[in-house]
Amino acid sequence: MAKPESEMTWRDMEIGNIVTEPGSARQYESGTWRSQRPTYDFKKCIKCGICQLFCPEGCIEQNKDGNFEANLFYCKGCGICARECWPRVIKMVEEEEK
Amino acid sequence: MTTRVGVEVSIAVADAVKMCNAEVIAAYPITPQTHIVEHLAELVANGELDAEYIPVESEHSAMSACLGSAASGARTFTATSSQGLALMNEVLPVASGMRLPIIMAVANRALSAPLSIWADHSDMMSVRDTGWIQIIVENGQQAVDNIICAFRIAEDRRVLLPVMVHLDGFNLTHVIEPIILPEQSEVNAFLPTNKYPLPLNPDKPVAMGGFAPPVIYTEAKWAQEVCIRDSKEVILACWDEFGKVFGRQYHPVEKYHSDGAKVILLTMGSISETASVAIDEMRADDENVGQVRLRLWRPFPFEELRQAVKDAEIVIVLDRAISLGGPGGPVASEVKAALYNQARRLKVVAFVGALGGRDITVAGFKNMIKKGIEIARTGSKNEYEIYGVRE
Repeated sequence: MAKPESEMTWRDMEIGNIVTEPGSARQYESGTWRSQRPTYDFKKCIKCGICQLFCPEGCIEQNKDGNFEANLFYCKGCGICARECWPRVIKMVEEEEK
Repeated sequence: MTTRVGVEVSIAVADAVKMCNAEVIAAYPITPQTHIVEHLAELVANGELDAEYIPVESEHSAMSACLGSAASGARTFTATSSQGLALMNEVLPVASGMRLPIIMAVANRALSAPLSIWADHSDMMSVRDTGWIQIIVENGQQAVDNIICAFRIAEDRRVLLPVMVHLDGFNLTHVIEPIILPEQSEVNAFLPTNKYPLPLNPDKPVAMGGFAPPVIYTEAKWAQEVCIRDSKEVILACWDEFGKVFGRQYHPVEKYHSDGAKVILLTMGSISETASVAIDEMRADDENVGQVRLRLWRPFPFEELRQAVKDAEIVIVLDRAISLGGPGGPVASEVKAALYNQARRLKVVAFVGALGGRDITVAGFKNMIKKGIEIARTGSKNEYEIYGVRE
């Protein structure tokens, strides 16, 4: 893997910024865009996975208990999962709220 | 045996592109550029040039098709003018930012409105900051020669930038001039095969034209700036080599009796030859005047310009483009910027004229020089002077 982008100098840039290895978008932390964060009441989760189907970022995976949960490194906080989750597991909260 | 033939400059430009073995031409017709791509279409249709000719629905599509073609490693050519160049504008910085060696002939023409099909430099100045190398010529021979050089410069591994060759619409594109077309074997020897280092290739996939978040955009743009700035060395070496092989030498700043001259007229493009006659006549009358002509507009030849005017007291600049609401023409702005921090300050007098195909005659240039000298001595409350406008 090449250097992280934050450590690359202008001399490290490939011709025309061509990307020569796959998967480089993985290092882009789109989670920094978020102003709201999903929170979960997993007791209500029926593990239907509808949140995963609707997530435009594709950042929702099953955790070790089989519950569906967003990866906050990528989650942009759009809230679509919370709207679609009909058992009301997911609630969006402002980022500054604890 | 190389012979000099009488040929329309547009046809000669197309023939030069053919000699360079362009592999893809994507273009849309627009006056006064049309004859160039029309003749290329004919050459491809007749089987005289083995290339893909893509007839697109607009200049935006033409440049977009050129991106894909150059990205695949094909030698790529297009041509346009005025509103066509303006329509391409959205794609132009993509070509340079992606470092794709595309060659484009631009038949310089005024921008609308009011509609004008005639020559001035407002189109080429409107794309000044798009990251293309920009070369401007004064006659048909220079157009042919610099098309050949443009392919070599653009495709050089150290450059990999798109190049525009600017020739004034009608004044050059539609006139028949005596032109030496080089031999095919000479062009083959001068112009190596295009070897784009990271072409689109299913066996070795790459991603092109990705996005750059704030953490990397500045590095990407600076890398591009260093590249275009350093391209000057390659351009100079190419022109030197061209001079050795073909006997015609080009410089970023062309000098005409300017060494030691106290007053220098600075011009660009086809009108420069008329201005040279005015210089001849004034020198015959013992006036200490000379001329410099810009050949390379981007990268701007700062050092060469400072050298060329080092003996002068007054530089009179003629711009064939008007920067509305601004400081005068773009060339005069650049010249002033190049000279401002010099220890010895000389007077720069800016004229804007020859807009939308208006001619300036030999007598006109003599008049402009005299007026310029007077303004340099007395000063003027104007940022620049408009030349030849009826009051």
